Amino acid sequence: MKWLLDKKRPICPQICEKLCVLIASGELKAGDRLMSVRDVALSAGVTPNTVQKSFEQLEQQGVIYSIRGSGWYVSDNSRIARDTLDRLVHDKTVSYLNDMQSLGLDKRDIIEIIKEFRYG
Amino acid sequence: MGEILSCVNLTKRFGAVTALDNLSLTIDSGRIIGLLGPNGSGKTTLIKIINGLLQPTSGSVYVEGDKPGAVTKPKVSYLPDINYLNNWMTVEQIVAMFNDFYTDFRPELAYDMINRLGIDKKQRLKTLSKGNKEKVSLILVMSRNAKLYVLDEPIAGVDPATRDYIINTIINNYNPGASVLISTHLISDIESVLDEVIFIKNGSIVMHDTVDNIRSQHNMSVDDLFREVFKW
Repeated sequence: MKWLLDKKRPICPQICEKLCVLIASGELKAGDRLMSVRDVALSAGVTPNTVQKSFEQLEQQGVIYSIRGSGWYVSDNSRIARDTLDRLVHDKTVSYLNDMQSLGLDKRDIIEIIKEFRYG
Repeated sequence: MGEILSCVNLTKRFGAVTALDNLSLTIDSGRIIGLLGPNGSGKTTLIKIINGLLQPTSGSVYVEGDKPGAVTKPKVSYLPDINYLNNWMTVEQIVAMFNDFYTDFRPELAYDMINRLGIDKKQRLKTLSKGNKEKVSLILVMSRNAKLYVLDEPIAGVDPATRDYIINTIINNYNPGASVLISTHLISDIESVLDEVIFIKNGSIVMHDTVDNIRSQHNMSVDDLFREVFKW
């Protein structure tokens, strides 16, 4: 998977967000085992300490839990993960709308553009 | 997490030139630390003192509580900024020499990396390209099972793909009981694997913080901050 980390922002919250998105979108389900700290570190190209810290933060929020000697698992309660996804969707939408408005378009124009838009 | 390295009020003068100016720092185990500073800021001098190759004018250095010397050499794996290997030797011979020399050397790990990077072990060092020679030097250093790895400009001469491989090697070798100190100018390539960065200027530390703290305080990457702090 691609991590696409933003170099201007701290790494730890970005790792948390990515995992929340995977959980909220259903790609990771309750009870699924996460990749190991080392595997996440290798695929994201970040230090294992940061990944460890991210996992611990998600554990505190109840998004994942650890089983000693076995690894990290997705917990049943995915509310925080969904909230994170909602917040990201909101932020991206705001930044898109701001960009389009700076090009002189109002909301109605933008909706038309999205309706008409086809990939490729 | 124990303390692996501590420098206390280090000063080093070369005649009228002050290379290190009352510098103090401590490094805990399990950390990957970038030592960043412009040319002539004292990075290599500090590294040489940590390895006992230079004596400080005043102040002291402790590696796990011991002053640099025979006791600390087995604990510190050092990559110098110049090529120090015998050019007439083949890759195989140099691996054998390291295996003889260091009890903590892991030849299987060295050969694994040498093969993966497509280096011919029968080749003499003098026939290797500059980049491949640097890869061999780094492989030798990372194949030791040391407490502290001190890498002086490890990725300067290698291509970006190999740089990624080397960074992965550093992550893969990560061991909570050991620390890695890397001096480099190529900050943007390496900053995401660093836990902490040390900015050094005119022989003094101007900043020592975690990468995430720097990014959240300044809203910019460590690379951008470096360019701002050291702007001419």
